[in-house]
Amino acid sequence: MGAPVTRQSYGLEQFFASLAGRQGLRILDLGGACQENITHISSLGHRVSSEDFLRTLENVFGEGDFYLNQEREDLVERFTSEVLDFPPSHFDGVLVWDTLQYLSPKLLEMTLHQLNTLMQHGALMLSFFHTDEKATTAPMLSFRIQDSKTLTLASRGVRKPAQFFNNRALERLFEEYKSTKFFLTRDNLREVIVKR
Amino acid sequence: MSTLPGRNYEPEFSRSSATIGKSVVVKGQILSREDLVVDGEVEGTVELQENRLTVGPNGKLMASVKAREIVVLGTVHGNVEASEKIEIRKDAKLVGDIKTMRIVIEDGAYFKGSIDIIKPEVAKPAPAKSAPQQPTQQSMAASASDQKK
Repeated sequence: MGAPVTRQSYGLEQFFASLAGRQGLRILDLGGACQENITHISSLGHRVSSEDFLRTLENVFGEGDFYLNQEREDLVERFTSEVLDFPPSHFDGVLVWDTLQYLSPKLLEMTLHQLNTLMQHGALMLSFFHTDEKATTAPMLSFRIQDSKTLTLASRGVRKPAQFFNNRALERLFEEYKSTKFFLTRDNLREVIVKR
Repeated sequence: MSTLPGRNYEPEFSRSSATIGKSVVVKGQILSREDLVVDGEVEGTVELQENRLTVGPNGKLMASVKAREIVVLGTVHGNVEASEKIEIRKDAKLVGDIKTMRIVIEDGAYFKGSIDIIKPEVAKPAPAKSAPQQPTQQSMAASASDQKK
């Protein structure tokens, strides 16, 4: 992805539709703090928690073999304590964006289980997955919320995803969650909404 | 993506403020009734209820902070409360929970924590003796639009 792209997001629309009519909810944004997301979420009357998941991932596992490091228990423990240290059922919605695809299978399973415990029953989580299975690298993206159904996507670097997922694989991945819904987009991304 | 016009640090630094220089280390409580620039290290608490705190590019705060307005160019670890506004500038780092009325985060800034936007208090209309009380809808709407800026 070269220049930033602004487009409609059905996943985002579903996410915010689930929050409609309520205020004072807790939203976790794992894309790192940015003005647009904070402004939009707080203008709806919600509290936002920001974590730069990819940055911490790079900081903790980036030296040497990125995916092999994700097998090291000491690093995994450091990583989860840095980014996922919240009380159970703390969040009413989680924006994980495209971060999950840069996790090795074991760390991914652990992270999804941890996210599950951090979410309220009925809360939604929005994630994105690249669909081009032949790609050797994929752009790591920043996601900026323009309004409740529009996103601006921009590249913040490239990295080979740990694995690619088709719909069936995604259903298996999120089987701990109550429901899974997909939206296939024109920019080779699959938007996935899962419900706790 | 910041929409702020490019602003330099120098003019802010040269304003008439009390300054903790970059070679100064303070451990304890700071209470100030004037604007304060911290370019050194502070560990403890910092309170400037009616004034502005600037954490300079060399500034390192391991402290809970309360001020009317806070501008961060350096590093802050601790919970922060700005009754009017907080700005986290490019290359600044803030780890802690924020409570404020307005927030500006520039691209390149690092923030980890939660953000609580406090709504401005709506002034209660004086009780009218003869006329019925007016609804406060107009001032509520003004507050909401102000938050979106």
